[in-house]
Amino acid sequence: MAERPTLRDDQQLLDLEPLSPSDNSVTDDASSIPSNLGRVSRRTFLSGLGATGLMVSAGTFALAEEESGTPPAQENPSISRSTTINGKSYDLTGLDPRVTLLDLLRERIYFTGTKKGCDHGQCGACTVHVNGRRVNSCLTLAIMTAGKEVTTIEGLGQPGNLHPMQAAFVEHDGYQCGYCTSGQIMSAVALLKEPIGTTDEDIKQAMAGNICRCGAYPNILAAVKQVRGNASA
Amino acid sequence: MNQFNYLHPASTDQAVSSASSDGSKFIAGGTTLVDLMKLYVENPSTLVDVNDLPLAQVESLPNGGLRVGAMVRNSDLAFHPTVKEKYAVLSEALLSGASPQLRNMATTGGNLLQRTRCPYFRDVTAGPCNKRNPGTGCSAIDGFNRTMAILGTSDHCIATHPSDMDVAMTALEALIFIEGPKGKRSVPINDFYKLPGDTPHIENVLEPGELITHVEIPPAISTKQHYLKLRDRASYEFALASAAVVARVEGGHIHSVRIAMGGVGTRPWRAHEAEAVLTGKPATPAHFQAAAEAALRGAKPHTENAFKVELAKRCVIRALKVATA
Ligand SMILES: Cc1cc2nc3c(=O)[nH]c(=O)nc-3n(C[C@H](O)[C@H](O)[C@H](O)COP(=O)(O)OP(=O)(O)OC[C@H]3O[C@@H](n4cnc5c(N)ncnc54)[C@H](O)[C@@H]3O)c2cc1C
Ligand code: SF4
Ligand code: FES
Ligand code: FES
Repeated sequence: MAERPTLRDDQQLLDLEPLSPSDNSVTDDASSIPSNLGRVSRRTFLSGLGATGLMVSAGTFALAEEESGTPPAQENPSISRSTTINGKSYDLTGLDPRVTLLDLLRERIYFTGTKKGCDHGQCGACTVHVNGRRVNSCLTLAIMTAGKEVTTIEGLGQPGNLHPMQAAFVEHDGYQCGYCTSGQIMSAVALLKEPIGTTDEDIKQAMAGNICRCGAYPNILAAVKQVRGNASA
Repeated sequence: MNQFNYLHPASTDQAVSSASSDGSKFIAGGTTLVDLMKLYVENPSTLVDVNDLPLAQVESLPNGGLRVGAMVRNSDLAFHPTVKEKYAVLSEALLSGASPQLRNMATTGGNLLQRTRCPYFRDVTAGPCNKRNPGTGCSAIDGFNRTMAILGTSDHCIATHPSDMDVAMTALEALIFIEGPKGKRSVPINDFYKLPGDTPHIENVLEPGELITHVEIPPAISTKQHYLKLRDRASYEFALASAAVVARVEGGHIHSVRIAMGGVGTRPWRAHEAEAVLTGKPATPAHFQAAAEAALRGAKPHTENAFKVELAKRCVIRALKVATA
C-alpha cells in the first residue's frame, strides 16, 4: 500500500482536494469506501514532485470550517446535508463548498470511473446523473447535491452485471482509449428517457455533449441505437 | 477558486436579503459561475444558492402569454409543449445552445446573465480587459477578435453576448421580473442589457442583491418562427452569427415581424431597422436582402471578423425565408 503523505498544515494543493486521513469532512462507513484506496493516488504522485509551483499558502486555501470547527453558514436548517451516491448516503457536513461533485467522487470517495477532461463543461467526460438527469459534475458544487441522488458509472452496473448500455458499448467497440467512455455511457443512458427524435441525427445531437478524441462516434451511435431499439421494441 | 461562504435560503425574501452584502452572488445552475470561479474571473465572497426557491414553474397566462420561472432549466423549457407549439423560436434557440448536460443544469435566470466568452476576459493572465478589470484596456481590439462583436461595440470593449436563448427572448419581447432590496419591478428585455460604452463591466440594469424571479413572454405575433445558428462546428459551440425571426404573413405580405441577432452584438441585438424595411412588403428574397442590409448597416468589423458582416446578412435572409415559408 502506497504511503499517503500528509500535507503540512499550512499548505494545501491548489485545486486538488486533500485525501489525508485527518480530513474527515466527508464521513462514510469504511465498508462503502471502494477497495482501491491502496493505489498510488494522484495526490501522492503530485506530492512526490515536491515543492513545485503547486503549493500555495494556507491563507487563501485553508478549509474555513476546519479552522472554525463550524459548518458554513446555512439559513434553512431543514435542508439536508447529505447526498446519496450510488445508493449510499454520504454526510457533507463540513465539506469545503468549493469541492466539485467531480472532485468529491474521484479524490475523496474514489469513484474514479468518472473522468476529468476539461474541468470546464466543455467535454462531457465527467457526466453523471443527479436525480436521474445527466449533468456535468465538474461544474456542480458537491454541496449543491445535498438531498439528491447521484449515480456514476459504478452505480450503473458492474462487471458480470452490466447495464444494457455498457454491454452494448462492449459489443460495438464504442471506444478506443476509453477515457470518454463512462461519460458517453452516462449520457447514452440518460437520453433513453429524454424526449428526442428517432433519427441518427437526433441521437448524434443528443450525444453532442460528449467529445471523443479517439473518434469512436460511429460505434457509439451503433450501441445507442441498439439499446434504444430494444427498449422501444 | 477562492473561498466563499455558502448560503441556502428557502424563500425569495431570504435570498434577496442574503445577497445584499458586497461580493454576494446567486448561484443557479452554476455553468457560468463555477466555470469563471475556477478561472478566478469571478470571486464571490458569498454564494446564495437559489435552487430551492419556488421559481421552477412554466405557466400559461390569461392573456395567452407564458410565465417562466427563473429556475426553469433550459432543457425543460425547450421541451415544454407550449413552448414547442407557440414559441418554436425559443425552443430551437435553447436546443442549439451548449450541450444536453449543460441545458439540464442551466436556468432561465442564469442564461440571461451568462458572461461573454471573450478569451481575454476568461484568462486573468491574458493582459488588459476592461470588463474584468475596469480601466485597464481591451486586449481584443488589436488582438484575437475573430469571434468578437461587430454591433454595439465601443473603444473599450467589443465582446460578444454569447447567448442563444436571450436572442429568441428578444424577438419575443420578453419581460424580466426582478425582486430586490428596494422591491419588485419588471424590465423589457430590450432595456435590460447595456451597451459597453466606457463601462463594459456593467452589463445590465440589475442592482446588487436583485434577483430575477421570472420572465413573461407575451403572446407571439405569429407561430411562423425560426432560430438559425451558424457556428464553427455543428454542435456544442457558440454562434458566429444567429438570427431569431417571428413573422406574421398575410396574403404574401409581411404584416409584422420581429428580428433579433446573436453572435454579432455586444448584447442580444434587436434589428428594428430590418423590421421597418420589411413591414408591409411582399415576403420575397429581394426584401429579405434589403432587410439584412439594414440590419448590418451599423456594423463595425475589426481585423479578424469582417466575415461576420456577410455571414450575419445571410443568416438573417435564411431565417426569414424559413420562418415565412
Ligand atoms: C461549454 C459551454 C458551452 C456553452 N454553450 C452555449 C451556447 O452555445 N449557447 C448559449 O446560449 N449558452 C451556452 N453556454 C452558457 C450556458 O447557457 C450558461 O452558462 C447558462 O445558461 C447559465 O445558467 P446557470 O443557471 O448555470 O447560471 P449560473 O452560472 O448559476 O449563474 C450565472 C450568473 O447569473 C446569476 N444568476 C443566476 N440566477 C439568477 C437569478 N435568478 N437572479 C439573479 N441572478 C442570477 C449568477 O449570480 C451568475 O452571475 C455554454 C456554457 C458552457 C460551459
Ligand atoms: S472585448 Fe471586452 S471582454 Fe474582451 S478583452 Fe476587450 S474589454 Fe475585455
Ligand atoms: S470535465 Fe466536465 S465537461 Fe469536461
Ligand atoms: S475513446 Fe478515447 S476519447 Fe473516446
